[in-house]
Amino acid sequence: MDCIIVDDEATARAIVEQLCSKISNLNVLDSFSNAMEAIKFLNQNTVDVIFLDIHMPGFTGIDFVQTLKNPPLIVLTTSDTNFAIQAYEYEHIVDYLLKPITQDRFEKSIIKVKKALEKNLNKTKESIVSQTTLNSDEDIYINIDRRLIKLKLDEILIVEAKGDYIDVKTIKKTYRVHNTLKSIKEKLPDSIFLQIHRSFIINFTKIIDIEDNSVLIEKNVIPISRSNRPELMRRLNLL
Amino acid sequence: MEQKPNLNYIKELSGDDIEFEMKFISVLKEEIPLERKEYQKAIDANKFKETAEIVHKLKHKLNILSLTEDYKLAVLYEEDLKKGDDKLKDKFLTILEKIDTYTKKI
Repeated sequence: MDCIIVDDEATARAIVEQLCSKISNLNVLDSFSNAMEAIKFLNQNTVDVIFLDIHMPGFTGIDFVQTLKNPPLIVLTTSDTNFAIQAYEYEHIVDYLLKPITQDRFEKSIIKVKKALEKNLNKTKESIVSQTTLNSDEDIYINIDRRLIKLKLDEILIVEAKGDYIDVKTIKKTYRVHNTLKSIKEKLPDSIFLQIHRSFIINFTKIIDIEDNSVLIEKNVIPISRSNRPELMRRLNLL
Repeated sequence: MEQKPNLNYIKELSGDDIEFEMKFISVLKEEIPLERKEYQKAIDANKFKETAEIVHKLKHKLNILSLTEDYKLAVLYEEDLKKGDDKLKDKFLTILEKIDTYTKKI
């Protein structure tokens, strides 16, 4: 873990540096006597945690936190308890150390920091996984007579509502599925599918031409409702 | 009974690290007179808000030197100063003299 220390008092910085030196894998990259210098450093460097004095003349720790666009985790250090409630309004602030800081209390704070870092890492992993799922989501499975049939999204031309069913038309075949248009719409990516009528969702990359209030996809002429027309026109790459 | 300053906190923090202990004491010896000077300048000019800022920094030193009762007085003094009241000025001065004398000896 990399950290920096921000405190206008030299003694306070020396104390936190010493406390950090007793924690394995915690590197103090730098110490700053004022917030502005720390902000300059953070514009060019990344740290996991900042030990930040909340009470500094001119620029308080809270001002500092508000200034950072993507703040790392923050442990506040202070001689006052007054700021505690205000401090916890910020999600990046993981702890609040009252001066003079003892080794025991500092170690507890490091445990909190590690937990928060782990949580953030998991969130990042989840986000990557969900992104990957979305990117690789090029197929859709439709349930026909208890058989799950895989369709490539790119092969779907039109989805048409037919009462309690929908017809999924592909280049080769039409599949009748017991489902609703609303339900399949949620599964289809907006990037290539668009509802152009209360009964039709189309793959707009397959449009051959558009005439008045209809589009031609393969040999199918699909009506465009007045309310859906502006969105369709917006999606098209018009000259 | 008047509290006497000591280095218990610093020794606990240092453990066996004599180098840190020496370095820390030297930082303390350097910082306290500077802050005291700043304090005097601000209080002489009746700049109470500025004085309160310096008392805030000095009160941390009282804790470092295990002067817990003096720390409590400094907390009250800081709050008073923010309201423009310096009635604890003389008491605080006695504390400053005490830590000044102590840090010159260590």
